[in-house]
Amino acid sequence: MRLYANNDKCSGCRACLVACSLNLFRETNPKKAALRILAHFPEPGTFEVKVCTQCGDCAEACPTGAIKLNDRGVHYVEAAECNLCEACVPVCPEGVMFVRTALADTAWKCDLCGDCVSACGTDALWVAEERTAAA
Amino acid sequence: MNGYGGTILRVNLTEGRITRERTPDAVARDFLGGRGFGVHFLFQEVPKGADPLGPENTLIISSGPFAGMLIPGGGKCDFTCKSPLTGGYASASLGGLFTAEIKYAGLDSIILEGSSPRPVLLFIDGDKAELRDASSLWGKGTITVERALKEEFGEEFQIASIGPGGENLVSFASINHDWGRQAGRGGVGAVMGAKRLKAIAIHGTRSVPVADVEAYRAAGLALFKACKDAPGLKPWQSYGTTIVTSWCDEVGALPTRNFRAGSFEGAAGLYGPVMREKIVITDKGCFSCPSPCGKYSRMRRFGTYVEGPEYETIGLIGSNLGISDIEVVAQANLLCDELGIDTISTGNAIGWAIECFERGILTLADTDGLELRFGDSQVVFTLIEKIARREGLGRLLAEGVKRASAKVGQGSDRFAIHVKGMEQSAYATHSATAMLLSYMTCDVGAHHNRAWAITYDLQVGRDRVVPEKVARVIWLQNFRPMFDVLGACRLQWVELDIDRELYVPALEAITGVPRTWKDLETVGERIWNLTRLFWARENDGFGREWDLPPPRFYEDPPATGPTAGQITSLDDVQRLLDMYYEQRGWTPDGLPTPQTLSRLGLTEVA
Repeated sequence: MRLYANNDKCSGCRACLVACSLNLFRETNPKKAALRILAHFPEPGTFEVKVCTQCGDCAEACPTGAIKLNDRGVHYVEAAECNLCEACVPVCPEGVMFVRTALADTAWKCDLCGDCVSACGTDALWVAEERTAAA
Repeated sequence: MNGYGGTILRVNLTEGRITRERTPDAVARDFLGGRGFGVHFLFQEVPKGADPLGPENTLIISSGPFAGMLIPGGGKCDFTCKSPLTGGYASASLGGLFTAEIKYAGLDSIILEGSSPRPVLLFIDGDKAELRDASSLWGKGTITVERALKEEFGEEFQIASIGPGGENLVSFASINHDWGRQAGRGGVGAVMGAKRLKAIAIHGTRSVPVADVEAYRAAGLALFKACKDAPGLKPWQSYGTTIVTSWCDEVGALPTRNFRAGSFEGAAGLYGPVMREKIVITDKGCFSCPSPCGKYSRMRRFGTYVEGPEYETIGLIGSNLGISDIEVVAQANLLCDELGIDTISTGNAIGWAIECFERGILTLADTDGLELRFGDSQVVFTLIEKIARREGLGRLLAEGVKRASAKVGQGSDRFAIHVKGMEQSAYATHSATAMLLSYMTCDVGAHHNRAWAITYDLQVGRDRVVPEKVARVIWLQNFRPMFDVLGACRLQWVELDIDRELYVPALEAITGVPRTWKDLETVGERIWNLTRLFWARENDGFGREWDLPPPRFYEDPPATGPTAGQITSLDDVQRLLDMYYEQRGWTPDGLPTPQTLSRLGLTEVA
């Protein structure tokens, strides 16, 4: 299972970011979300959504083993084991592995809670098995 | 302070001094936020008789407890000041992402006082706030400024700026943000320009405190679910506010050639589906919105992009100026955005000028040789530039149609379409008495959004003058503005028809204070009455005369369309006011009685 996004359906509202931070940290703060919206304005006037593909590159790069796989096959950060070394950040191909020490004392990433999907009014986000993604 | 940033940022532009004060608990209790905070601070802090363009006027920018939160449409920001257009109360609502950033910067309101000796930029990054030189930005358009500041400070910063319209103190100058959203009405941009504040750049990384995070998350997600389940969602996502263009044309509410009629023979070229097919490339929502009104468009003929146009612009720049080409309307919209002037007042001012020209009241000598005709795109583009730069005929039109018609005379006030000096938004009200009353009594002048009562007119009989209609208008005026007070958009309730009770547990979970809609409507009524007191305080002889509609709606029936031959008689207009004042608890001259003020806790203020 992983999160998918359709750039053409995104309207850039950022409800997903609020829902994400609320689930991940129990806080209302889009700067602590685990997905990103890139706004390309005023030209060409498009949005680009960056989401975690659960590729696991971050887990491979993590020297302390803080990024673990849960029983749903989802990589998540075990905050107590994260030493904020940032090794995971540059290896993320989508740019959705986050360390911002002023905001949190752990790295963070998508744990596939699905709240972003619930908050998205335009069906730009969905969760699916990798093999059925095209459907 | 749960649900709030907790701090008011006070910026004195004369002295270049920035201070912080705690958001007062009593103000949060009695006025909640947004427009409520705005009118409270306005009434308290702006001295009687202040020049709207002088240093004594303040511009108050306020967020609210729903802004920046997991609430559908939690992206509304209020801009309040004394209006240079009307001389009364101005409150303009801005969508986009600005209000959320105010909260994340730990703020509730930004109060701008005084006037800077030179152009400045207000830079806010969390706890840091400073005024910076903005000489190099002065004279530039709003989109140009936004691009430059985002490049300099980063994508996470949100920008609000004025264009040449605000710098040149055009009475209906706007404040622009997020590539094409505006605090549009009442001249808030001119007040910012008079303070020589070119732009605000804001960024914050704080989390907003809430009383009960689990209950808030559940209530927020329940609101989103209701929106996503609503049958009205898909059509609204496709067309946004342009969904009403065809409807208004069919029922005779589409302003046409300076409100002479309510339907337009060229309107089909402006309808929502035509616009979608011809120019729309991306849906663009305000913060946390499931039903984006924003339609980002590309005008191939001009090689340009714009957010919009939305219905009000289509009505006033399109049909009201006899323009039937949506691409022309979109290009005119872009000019207004970049130059920083309100499309609604601009469309009215140009429509009035063209009618003056047709009647021989304005001549080629007044227009620098430009022949003013309805349906001529070059006339529209030229006059927009002249207004924003106050050149030639633009100097007159930049004053708004009330002052312009007073200056020109010759009966031109009979077709100056405004109430209290604010040009009317895009509903022709020859025969729609609740909507007419809504415009007559609206707290900022002829604006639709406090009480969008026109569907109710059609439901119960459009020309009827009955107490139920008046009661409906008053209820809408007390209730609908509460969304602006809370910092969320009303359109999820209006257009998706979601149950308003769903907001109640969300508000309690966020703030920790239990409220019912009845309580909230009382806050709305308190705010409404306080704005009325402000008008009376600032204008000698304020009263019933000020609530009269544009004469066109009681003198001048349309010749064509579904409302052909129909007007609302002046007798009916007066009956509407009699009933309205009585139901509001106001005197026959339209001022709150001592009993009404006492009931609303406003005795001390008055």
